[in-house]
Amino acid sequence: MPDEHHPKHADEHAKPHEQTPAAEETAAVVAVDTAGGAISPSAVPATAQSGKLPGGPDTLVRKIFTGSGMVSVLAVLLALVIGGLLIAATDQRVATTSSYLFARPTDFLTAVWNAATRSYVALFQGSVFNPRGASVAAQFAPLMETLTIATPLITAGLGVALAFRAGLFNIGAQGQIIMSGILAAWVGFALHLPLGLHLLLVLVAGIVGGALWGGLVGLLKARTGAHEVILTIMFNYIALYFLRYLLNTPAFQRPGESNPISPILDPTAVYPQIFGTQYRLHLGFVLAIAATVLVWWLLNRSTVGFEFRAVGANPKAALTAGINVSRSTILVMAIAGGLAGMSGVAQVAGTEKVLTDGVAATYGFDAITVALLGRSSPWGTFAAGLLFGAFRAGAVQMQIQTGTPIDIVLVVQSLIVLFIAAPPLVRAIFGLNPRRKKPAKAGKSQHAAATGGAA
Amino acid sequence: MLQPHIPSGTDTDASRLVRVLKLELRGITKRFGTLLANDHIDVVVEPGQIHCLLGENGAGKSTLMNVLYGLYEPTEGEILIDDKPVTFRGPGDAMAAGIGMVHQHFMLVPVFTVAENVALGAETTKAGGFLNLDDTRRKIKEISDRYGFDVDPDALVEDLPVGVQQRVEIIKALVRDARVLILDEPTAVLTPQETDELLDIMRQLKSSGTSIVFISHKLREVKAVSDTITVIRRGKVVGSADPGDSTTALASMMVGRAVSLTLDKSPAKPLEKTFQVKDLTVIAPNGQHTVDGISFDIARGEILAVAGVQGNGQTELTEAILGLQERVYGSILLDNVELVGRSVKDVLNAGVGFVPEDRSVDGLIGTFSIAENLVLDRYDQPPFAKGISMSPAKVLENAKTRIDEFDVRTPSGLLAAGTLSGGNQQKVVMARELSRPLRLFIASQPTRGVDVGSIEFLHKRIVAERDQGTPVMIISTELDEVMELADRIAVLYKGKLVGIVPAGTGRDVLGLMMAGIPQEDAAAEGHATASPEGGENA
Repeated sequence: MPDEHHPKHADEHAKPHEQTPAAEETAAVVAVDTAGGAISPSAVPATAQSGKLPGGPDTLVRKIFTGSGMVSVLAVLLALVIGGLLIAATDQRVATTSSYLFARPTDFLTAVWNAATRSYVALFQGSVFNPRGASVAAQFAPLMETLTIATPLITAGLGVALAFRAGLFNIGAQGQIIMSGILAAWVGFALHLPLGLHLLLVLVAGIVGGALWGGLVGLLKARTGAHEVILTIMFNYIALYFLRYLLNTPAFQRPGESNPISPILDPTAVYPQIFGTQYRLHLGFVLAIAATVLVWWLLNRSTVGFEFRAVGANPKAALTAGINVSRSTILVMAIAGGLAGMSGVAQVAGTEKVLTDGVAATYGFDAITVALLGRSSPWGTFAAGLLFGAFRAGAVQMQIQTGTPIDIVLVVQSLIVLFIAAPPLVRAIFGLNPRRKKPAKAGKSQHAAATGGAA
Repeated sequence: MLQPHIPSGTDTDASRLVRVLKLELRGITKRFGTLLANDHIDVVVEPGQIHCLLGENGAGKSTLMNVLYGLYEPTEGEILIDDKPVTFRGPGDAMAAGIGMVHQHFMLVPVFTVAENVALGAETTKAGGFLNLDDTRRKIKEISDRYGFDVDPDALVEDLPVGVQQRVEIIKALVRDARVLILDEPTAVLTPQETDELLDIMRQLKSSGTSIVFISHKLREVKAVSDTITVIRRGKVVGSADPGDSTTALASMMVGRAVSLTLDKSPAKPLEKTFQVKDLTVIAPNGQHTVDGISFDIARGEILAVAGVQGNGQTELTEAILGLQERVYGSILLDNVELVGRSVKDVLNAGVGFVPEDRSVDGLIGTFSIAENLVLDRYDQPPFAKGISMSPAKVLENAKTRIDEFDVRTPSGLLAAGTLSGGNQQKVVMARELSRPLRLFIASQPTRGVDVGSIEFLHKRIVAERDQGTPVMIISTELDEVMELADRIAVLYKGKLVGIVPAGTGRDVLGLMMAGIPQEDAAAEGHATASPEGGENA
């Protein structure tokens, strides 16, 4: 423990290419002051002896969540390439040509290329623009579908991202969506209110539902020190089984229906469709854009966001500066829950218009990936949400047109996460790792050896 | 004094300890990216000498020693032992060549015994794979007796005082046949008495033929024990000095310009006592009384310095005042307002300025910009915020003013605070805390890890704050700093107040008080044992 600073510094020098020139220059200044990073300034003994370090054990997760956007882009690219190879591996034509691979390798390579590109072209056509559409409206239908699917991903992703910026690993978006869905749907089908007011109330009910479910996690963490990861996982289960229970009670089950499905929401309670009835795209998408702007403002231009970021970056310093860390924890989880709650509303009042036990689908979990890919920045999360929406929307077309199973998209998504979690791997593959500074690296590992008692 | 080189073939335990070697670093250059940490450094460590590497924090001393110890590979240059070039691929090679290092932070396993720690990494086993510690115990005993270390091989390391833990580190090196011992800032964690004992041990080691490379920036110690002094500044050797040179000359050489080591400070003009602590007790989560029934007060226009070896309740005392401690009993009055039980924000708003002891942990958010760090405790107050809306322009404007005022060396207030050097980071914390009207200023280790030039500046600011009529409380483990700044000195030992003494009290008396001996006894004993170095003020 007393030595934890050394590897960190050594590590910094091992990867100077990560830094912008300006950062490199200033890093050099630090390095001067810390004897080339070998030894931390003598401020360190106190830290070392008390065994407290900023960031703590979550530092790695933190790094992964807030690393460079470049890695995100490369990870997506790499995942698509590998996905393409997988598609090719199951392709009939590729199999045939491989039997005479050595006789005519070009046949094989062409087949591989064709298989992959055919699928990805279909994916594109299913998610952005379909040139075979009968009308302009039909040609853009895939894009509308993408935006529709992206809506809940974006808002829930923002919830995960915001909590993460405050140092909390919120994997409870799933439960928060469900709780929001329950409340919003109930207001939507059980109450009968005038147009406008009804939808507003649905929205408020959903956001409050998510916020309470998230805020409760924050409260438990702040008051008892329980870990938010465990709490949110358990809260996801509670929410899901609570929903299933409700859907079998008269209050929620559609009359005369034996399946666990709620009544359809009142027409006054659903989001209006933005571009008319031919697309599913609804007001929720506009609200998702608004939420992104709001989260950006909150994080970068408000005192509340300042507190969140301070608590996330160095809770001890935040505490010493008089920031109420407990309050921040509760508040950020409530806001994160509220954002996830917007996804719940988008589902019940926008896309589905009923409540089923599949209301959250896997949006709550995909939201974690979206936040991860978006590097926990509001607009990054927005972009990542769009990308995942496109994958989802396009996958169906891909299966119809080329027979490539939808699951390949899940493989690609998972590969993205994998590569984001391993930036050095991505950089190595793209040859972005300049020759490692061997001594520094050696210093790191050997120093560890030394701390192990060899010294 | 010089011993002949005994070939390793005729090894006995006794002969190992007296083998000597000549160590030479020739043209050592170490680059980290664009940074030149060591620039063609030449150092020759003659056998059986104490060779001091003197330089400020960040001058490149530790990098050089890590090169020597095989932790870094030099970019250029070579290491010669007995005039033969050697290459170290790791500490193992360095140890095998007879180089031992005692790091600034000890590398000991707290729950292991001394013998287990010493054996770690070179364990021998009995038949059946059982650990054989008898041999190690015997060696520890032998070395301990030879140098009067007084170390019990079977004691648990975590139970030992810091000074003894350091001896365990030295034993570790000696058991591994070290003929050159590198001591990296060894006195940083010691009481003045322990420091004197360490200096004695160093002299003994020298007389038995072990060369010592002594890394330090504390001039008093360097002068007391060194045979040769090499001064390093910004990665370069700027020259050699003689231990007989004056401290001012050494300091100037180290910093590269004339420095005044003594602070121009007018006598305090204490006004009314606005800060009172009564029967303050802080109980740690483990039930320990970390602060134990302390009472003192500070007047406006007065500096009370709290002296004590690290870990004797200073941290808890300041945290209790600030409202960071949970179980606080007693009373803390500032301007007749009770602070116990108030939130940190309330305490700060009551006019308390606080510089925490560890800036990187408690004082700054490394990933935040300098500008944001400069408003870390006022981000929600005008002019920086209206309601919950913050004004980045105002925050940046404030940063420009503070950066100028406190001479923070940075191209822009928008850079992350973590990119600043330690001294500049400290200036940022001080700038933040001193930039609003204060009713009480508390600074814990105000100049730890800060270069000599910045120390001068920061000390002046602290005195200026006092002269404005603010009660000032300084917590420092550096006795020099305490003696320089204090108008009165309070000494803490194991959470208790040993006593409050006037500023002129001698170093020896303070040292004994820091070991828990009451002032009266300390004064009596101090006169009996005052050594030449002990009485000298650097």
